[in-house]
Amino acid sequence: MDLMVLLAGLFNYWVAIVLMMSGFYVVIARGNLVKKLVGLGLFQASVFILYISIGKVQGGHAPILGALIERYSNPLPQVLILTAIVVGVATTAVGLALIVRIRAAYGTVEEAQILAQERAEDAAQAEHPDDPA
Amino acid sequence: MIERLLDLFLLALLLITSLAAIRLRDLFAVVMLFGIYSLSAAALFMTLDAVDVAFTEAAVGAGITSVLMLATLRLTGRYEQPPTHSPLLPLGVVVTTGAVLIYATLDAPHFGDPTAPAQRQVAAHYLEASAGEVGVPNVVTAVLASYRGYDTLGETLVIFTAGLVVLLLLGIQPLQPHCPTRRPASEQVVLQVIVKMLIPFILLFGAYVQFHGDFGAGGGFQAGVIIATGLVLYDLVFGDGAAQQVVPPRWLPRLAAAGVLLYGGVGVYGLLKGHALLDYRVLASEPLAGQHLGILLVELGVGLTVFTVVLAIFYAFSSRGWR
Repeated sequence: MDLMVLLAGLFNYWVAIVLMMSGFYVVIARGNLVKKLVGLGLFQASVFILYISIGKVQGGHAPILGALIERYSNPLPQVLILTAIVVGVATTAVGLALIVRIRAAYGTVEEAQILAQERAEDAAQAEHPDDPA
Repeated sequence: MIERLLDLFLLALLLITSLAAIRLRDLFAVVMLFGIYSLSAAALFMTLDAVDVAFTEAAVGAGITSVLMLATLRLTGRYEQPPTHSPLLPLGVVVTTGAVLIYATLDAPHFGDPTAPAQRQVAAHYLEASAGEVGVPNVVTAVLASYRGYDTLGETLVIFTAGLVVLLLLGIQPLQPHCPTRRPASEQVVLQVIVKMLIPFILLFGAYVQFHGDFGAGGGFQAGVIIATGLVLYDLVFGDGAAQQVVPPRWLPRLAAAGVLLYGGVGVYGLLKGHALLDYRVLASEPLAGQHLGILLVELGVGLTVFTVVLAIFYAFSSRGWR
């Protein structure tokens, strides 16, 4: 019985954590840079879900004051997340722009291939130090 | 009860889409799944009473972010290569971190608990006193633009800076009048007719969200994104460069700076009048009238900056594919 109460009370937070970890997994396990940014997006959205879940009050209404409403949900997490979403798209765009430039410079967006090219360049540099790269 | 069931259904949908997005290697499908994920998250926010957040997420996550990611895929390629190393180590790290986080929630206040620490303190003050102190019915707007106006000024600056960085990295290719522009949807007559009918309503809705944000759900952040979405839709359906003829790119950095300056100017005006930064009470003879005017101006600055930055970012990505 206790377990059911715990599950009902914490389910939203647990789902947010699982989503967060799935985003985290994509960021560290996958080599494609676009896929990494999608993972970061999944992670980010799960943080939004966690915050908004914390702000929900049982039987509450949206925090827009009205005459007949007695209980409201918490407006503060909503303000924080509302601005975070728009900041999030702007910073994601910076990440995507960097990927576009990386693709133009290396011809690929796979982490392993970019690192291999970097190593090859470093090795060539070590062999002919006088050569202007 | 029905609300809770809807909540569970949406959470399950989020789990399924995120797992599918991990497994697929076709990035086009991954981006589409990410759009579905965002839209389900927006619906979830609706059931959690966060109306302002819900339609920001719908316009940003399901709209703009997906378009930007697709524009990137056009430049970088559609398919991901198979992973080169074993997934065991990352899996171990993720499972351990997740287990620690879940352990940390065990003594957290339960979902919806009205006596949880997060619901008391300053949030309770906002709900009780904002009608008398700020005087706008939407408490989210009151907190965003007045109580925490300093914070929001910082966020607006971050958005402005991010827009500048994208312009520095990619730049906007000028529109060439005789270059044969790609017309991805030129055959889709039905789509073009429908979009033409929809766009005035999207723009009108954006203006409503901008100016009615004090009284109902809405505000500058949402309005800026919604109006930009209308132009992005126009550009997608009528071929690259169509939107550039409506809002030329050279206006955008100046308008974005003007938005930030409007916000900062309202703040500094209070300072010059001998009050604190962003104290709106000096703007009119009545404190509440001053708050109203201040919120209106500040939200206008936010809306202008968000609209121009989002549009500039879209131009930068879409015009790069022309060469």
